[in-house]
Order: sequence, then structure tokens, then C-alpha cells
Amino acid sequence: MGEEELKVLGAWGSPFSRRVEIALELKGVPFQYIEENVFDEKLKSPLLLKCNPVHRKVPVLLHDGKPVVESLIILEYIDETWKNNPILPPDPHRRAQARFWAHFIDHKCMPPVWTALLGSVEEREKAVEEVRECLKTLEGVLDGNRFFGGETIGLVDIAANFIAYWLRAIQEVSGLDFMNEDQLPLLTKWCEEFVSCNVVKEHLPPRDKLITFMKNWLSANGWSWTD
Amino acid sequence: MADEVVLLDFWASMFGIRVRIALAEKGIKYEYREEDLRNKSSLLLQMNPVHKKIPVLIHNDKPICESNVQVQYIDEVWHDTAPLLPSDPYQKANARLWADFVDKKTKGEEQARAKKEFMESLKLLEGELGDKAYFGGENLGYMDIALVSYYCWFHVYEKFGDFSIEAECPKLIAWAKRCMQKENVANSVPDQQKVYEFALHLKKIFGIE
Repeated sequence: MGEEELKVLGAWGSPFSRRVEIALELKGVPFQYIEENVFDEKLKSPLLLKCNPVHRKVPVLLHDGKPVVESLIILEYIDETWKNNPILPPDPHRRAQARFWAHFIDHKCMPPVWTALLGSVEEREKAVEEVRECLKTLEGVLDGNRFFGGETIGLVDIAANFIAYWLRAIQEVSGLDFMNEDQLPLLTKWCEEFVSCNVVKEHLPPRDKLITFMKNWLSANGWSWTD
Repeated sequence: MADEVVLLDFWASMFGIRVRIALAEKGIKYEYREEDLRNKSSLLLQMNPVHKKIPVLIHNDKPICESNVQVQYIDEVWHDTAPLLPSDPYQKANARLWADFVDKKTKGEEQARAKKEFMESLKLLEGELGDKAYFGGENLGYMDIALVSYYCWFHVYEKFGDFSIEAECPKLIAWAKRCMQKENVANSVPDQQKVYEFALHLKKIFGIE
């Protein structure tokens, strides 16, 4: 097979963008990474605007010039195109479960984190509680396994990268207590295992840079650090 | 091995409609169980403890939740007939993207802003359809199923929002009518008038304006 042209348009701080990198690393597929400025519309590259005209967001995977967007969709595309080190199990029911939990992470776990940070004080408490409930559910899903994917990382683990790394940074910066280690021993252990994986650790944003960024972002959005 | 398939559903649910169409396309015999959403069955609560919502597909006692996940599951298990997703990974990704788009864009929100956004989204979808008979090409596919499930609610949006979808997006309505001519779709979709009456009823109960 000849050299295929593979590009990833991403952003250093985006968990969605990093998911794609992890998946390609897992498959051992080389790619060219292009950093996009996602905060300034005027600075978005013509390539990004051409490939993802509807949403204008990263990540975008460009495979031989054809764009694939939305991180979870990209992960499935990668899994279907490169068959080694599968991200999804072969059994249809287990695949359905993996898709369900990945969807759960994006649509149930993440939105209340933003509400907790950007919403009113009243909304904040409810949102933090919602996140805690989601994490408790995920603790149950792990069910004593090393990873959500079993012995090796799979779709759900990659989707949960936000929880393993970003959430903990957000926790540190905001002082909000989303994840209690004593109450979530399995999930806490999973976080450690996940970020230590060879295919993951190169694809996490530098911690100091992320913390600084989050502090600035919170300040800009009217966050006040009380007590 | 005899397959036992049960669908816990609610007659007006667009998500349920998708699963019904998918099962019909594949010719799968199943038991349909209507749920009273104000008095959910213990089976529903047991099978979907996370969201406690319909539809829930139960295949040989194993539950599958989330309509798009269910349709993909059906496509993978009964892969010998009527493929719903294309086999090419790139086209598959495209179908998934547009099905996701439908769900993101057609959620009920505040009226006026929602109307404008809703019409813009429909125009985008019309563009994606192009000159094809169906989003899936020659035959009904994953994306068609995702969108046609909302069709019976279009009438509701039109009446409540006082606008005509057909006037702005004639090709899309033509597509919807084409889908409705298929027996599997027509049998899975509730009558538009019935849905409208149901929506009026909800509006009265919840005082939605």
C-alpha cells in the first residue's frame, strides 16, 4: 500500500482533537498534525473552513483529501479503515454498549461541567451534582476492569480522555470538587492507568500550559475564586 | 437460535419510529410494547436505568439503548439483508454525521430563534440530499431513517410556528413523501393529525407557548 496522505487539524488543548491523535497512535498510522486557532474566527485556516464549513470546528481528519469530522465519528472511521488494535470489540452488543457510553460521556457528563463553570451560582451546585452522578455511573461501568475496553483501551476510554485529564485540571483550577477519589476508587485508578498508556501520554496537552490557559479562561468568563 | 426481540416504545416518539423502520426494513419479527410515559414499566426502568427512556430494544434479554445506537446494532446483527449503513468507511462517516446533525438541530427550543435555525438546518439537509432519491442513494439508509422519524412532527412545527416547510424546502418534503410511500415507513410512523392532537394536548398540560 502506498503512502496515504493523512492530516489532522486540531487544537493543542482540545480533548476531542487529542482523541483522534490517540486513535491514530494506537493504530500506528503516521499523520501530519496542523494546529488550528479555534478561538479567533478570523484566524481559522482556509483548509479548516473548506473541510468543515458547517461547524468550523476541530478535529478534522483529512484522509487523502477527504474530510471526516466529529471526534467519535472519526474514531469509528479510523477503526474501520485500519483493522489492527481494534478500538471497538467485534460483538455487536458490546459495540452498542461502547457507543452508548461514549455518547453518555459527551452528552451527559461534559455539558454540566461547562454549566458549573459558566452558569449562575444556583446552576453550579446542581451541575456539579450532575457530574458526580455521571462519574458514579462510570465507576459502575468499569466493573473492576482495567479499562472500559477491558484489558486494552477502547472507544469509551478514548472518549473519556476528558475525565482522565482535563476534568482534573479543571478541578484544580476552579476548586470545584467533581471527582472524589475516596468515592470513586476504580475511576481514579483508571485515570492513572489511562494517562500512563504509551499511546496516550504523548497526546495530552502540557499540564502547566493547560492550567494557565484554564485560569485565564475562567477569569475571562467572570469566574471568581471565593475563599 | 430463535431471536427474541422486544421493543419498548411510545407511539409518537421519533426515536422509536427509527427503530421500527429499521426492524421492518430487515424483516425482523418483534414484540412491540407501548409504554405509558407517566407510569413507566419496571422492565423499562431495569433495561434503561441510566436514562429511563424509550425506545429500548431488547434482543434475547439484552438491552440496547439510544436510537442511533439501536439502528446500527440492528444493521450489524442482521447484516444479510437491506444494509442501512454504507460499507465504505467514508460514506458511513458521512451518514453518521448527518444523522447526528438531525438530532442536534431539531431539538425543540425557543420559538422564533428555533424557527430560523430549524429552516436553515432543513435547507442544509436538502443540499445534502441533492438529486438523490434518498440520502442513502437508491435505497433507504441510516440517514433517511434518522430524519424521516421527525416527519410526523413537521406538521406540528408548521402549525405551531405558522410556516410552511414545503414552501421553503420542497425537495425535502418530496423526499419525505417518497419515504412514506414505502410500506415499512408508513407502518412505523403515526398519523400526522394524531401527533398534532397529542402535541396540542401536551401544550395544554404543560402550558407551553
